[in-house]
Amino acid sequence: MDYITLAHGAGGVEMLELLEKLIFKRVDDKLKRVEGGVGIDIADDAAAIPLPDGRYVVVSVDSYTVNPIFFPGGDIGVLAASGSINDVLMLGGKPIAMLDTIIVEEGFPVKDLEAVIESMLKVLREENVALIGGDFKVMPRGQVDKIVISTTAIGISDNPIIDKPAPGDKIFVSDYVGDHGAVILLMQMGLGRDIEEISTGMLRSDVKPLTKLMVPLLSKYRYCVNAARDPTRGGLAGVLNEWAEKNELLIYISEDKVPIREPVKRYSEMLGIDPLYLASEGVAVLSLKPECADEVVEYAKKLGFGNSRIIGEVKQTDMFKGYVAAETSIGGLRLVEPPRGEIVPRIC
Amino acid sequence: MSKLLSELENILRKNRDLVRVIVRKINDYWFSYMKETGVDHLKIMDFCGTHEWTITHYGIRSLLPRGVELVAGPGCPVCVTPSYYVEELIRLALDGVTVYTYGDVYKLRSHRSVKGFYSLSEAHASGGNVKVVSDLLAAIKDAKLHGKPSVFAGIGFETVAPGYAQAVIKRLIPGNLKLLSLVKLTPPAMFYALEVSQEKPTEPPVKGVIAPGHVSTVTGAKAWEPVAENYGIPVVISGFEPVDVLVSIMKIMEQLVRGKPSVVIEYVRAVSYHGDVAAQSSIWRVFESVDDAWRGIGFLPKSGLRMREDYSDQDAFKEYGIRELSPVDWGYDMPSGCRCAEVVLGKAYPSQCPLFLRACTPSSPIGPCMVSAEGTCAIWAKYGSRDLLLKLSIELKGNIGGA
Repeated sequence: MDYITLAHGAGGVEMLELLEKLIFKRVDDKLKRVEGGVGIDIADDAAAIPLPDGRYVVVSVDSYTVNPIFFPGGDIGVLAASGSINDVLMLGGKPIAMLDTIIVEEGFPVKDLEAVIESMLKVLREENVALIGGDFKVMPRGQVDKIVISTTAIGISDNPIIDKPAPGDKIFVSDYVGDHGAVILLMQMGLGRDIEEISTGMLRSDVKPLTKLMVPLLSKYRYCVNAARDPTRGGLAGVLNEWAEKNELLIYISEDKVPIREPVKRYSEMLGIDPLYLASEGVAVLSLKPECADEVVEYAKKLGFGNSRIIGEVKQTDMFKGYVAAETSIGGLRLVEPPRGEIVPRIC
Repeated sequence: MSKLLSELENILRKNRDLVRVIVRKINDYWFSYMKETGVDHLKIMDFCGTHEWTITHYGIRSLLPRGVELVAGPGCPVCVTPSYYVEELIRLALDGVTVYTYGDVYKLRSHRSVKGFYSLSEAHASGGNVKVVSDLLAAIKDAKLHGKPSVFAGIGFETVAPGYAQAVIKRLIPGNLKLLSLVKLTPPAMFYALEVSQEKPTEPPVKGVIAPGHVSTVTGAKAWEPVAENYGIPVVISGFEPVDVLVSIMKIMEQLVRGKPSVVIEYVRAVSYHGDVAAQSSIWRVFESVDDAWRGIGFLPKSGLRMREDYSDQDAFKEYGIRELSPVDWGYDMPSGCRCAEVVLGKAYPSQCPLFLRACTPSSPIGPCMVSAEGTCAIWAKYGSRDLLLKLSIELKGNIGGA
């Protein structure tokens, strides 16, 4: 008999296979979306429903179970609010409202719950996103681990970004990748407070809404963006592999150009983990038309995303459809495989 | 500290000018070697899973001349631990003994089932007591807390042995925890792999060895002398950074051209000729070498470490009456169709195995070489197989490796 393993929930190959078998295959094609919109027919960040005025409602739902609940740089509340907001942004929507479900374990300290909810509300206040509904439940002790939050973010878009990277596109990242995954991993290993970079605040989760980047960037350069993602579970490697596979293209990046913080590099090497697979919770990955890519980088820098850069490009290929390859730091060549197995449990 | 580390990184991992110089040197040596000997194809065996990782992760194969192949040797302790001992560990776990193990061993599949279970992880899923730990000390700490009968699966090469020996000598291990020493010694496996490579003259021969850096910090360079003496093959003990490995390949090629094979230490910042004498003496105080079985390969003389009689009170073999395998009852213990044993000996590339990335993948591994993070199949699955990368490098940038 087969059982669900943690790998099935890690956002990698195993999860996609399981969902294909249990869900996607069983839903009639015409019920995979609202007519004229985007649904589970396309694996993207969010769904879109057309409005009579030509615009779209963009919706995304996600649940959050991160362990630990409070981590350097944030907590499950910030994560739950930002995560779903970012999914709406990555489909080209401007977030306007949110619904939430909070499931708490009996015995959970009220003051912790208050802190978590306050963090969530703080994000909504700063983002000017309305909280328009929700649900609250308590489970008997031991039947849920502390707290699970689910959020649904709703936004409006004139022109949703259905990911479609094209040959020649440049791959853009807005910031250092892997910070969130690295911090959670180190915390889970009980190393968090012993690590200098964490105790001094140099290394912390990057969890944040990407509104300040995406909304102005899209209003100016929407024509330039062929695809947009935030590399959460599965990391940068996950996003690039999905793009390459779905579009039968080859993506070629230069490892030297991928921004990874020195401590993230060092600790993930110590633990035998490739930082390309570590989650970020406040980074955008874009596939940009080559003619305007440099302009977008400059504009992102002006918007306060100073580490923005181009890390590689999308290529047409006959033999290597669906592959992601990297030029290594010494000029060699390697593949960047899709994420498999469980890299870090319960990161988001 | 951070600045120093990034400077080191620039030298050892990012220095493309230096890499270009080394690669040019390798090509020069290769051309003159081809001219002198008429050999147009040879293999260099890397021995350590970590070296194979460096080679594949940094794409070193794509930088070398086409005629110079790098093959991985038996450098993965999890891959060569006989199925029988995994089965014994599963049995103990099902009998209520807490089994402490490294993550790789946890997922390792046994050849035969024990009460329907093929791995410690399966035994764990059905209530067997298995705990994944990062080292013996973590097991000691945990076993002290619960006080129940426990076993530590002591799998590894020479590198783990001094730590085990110290824990035994200093009696750090609580009475309820016993050590199952399955430690293997690398030189006998290397001699065997070279023996095998010489039996098949049609294949490109192994003409050089990149010897394990970490193991050599303990054993010293002297452990590899027989390779140079008996087989006339240059040995370079290498560090683990990409520049280390490239320099080691260059030094092997240089020796081939000069026709004077010897043991050279590239990893001078950690390895000496005699090695860590104190560690060696603690190993031999606690352990004795025995003829030991290697999974899929068979018995190799004096290739394993078991605890001496003096420490039998800490020995899991004694405590739980675990029988030793003998050459008579050892049977081929690889899954059918799996070529892990040949991969381990450098006789086959993972991509030549019919199961590789078809039935056998990192998420559902069949053979031990795919289970362990140090296994060649797992590394190739992650970073690409040699043939594929060579073709891809042509598509991307033309023939970058030279000849």
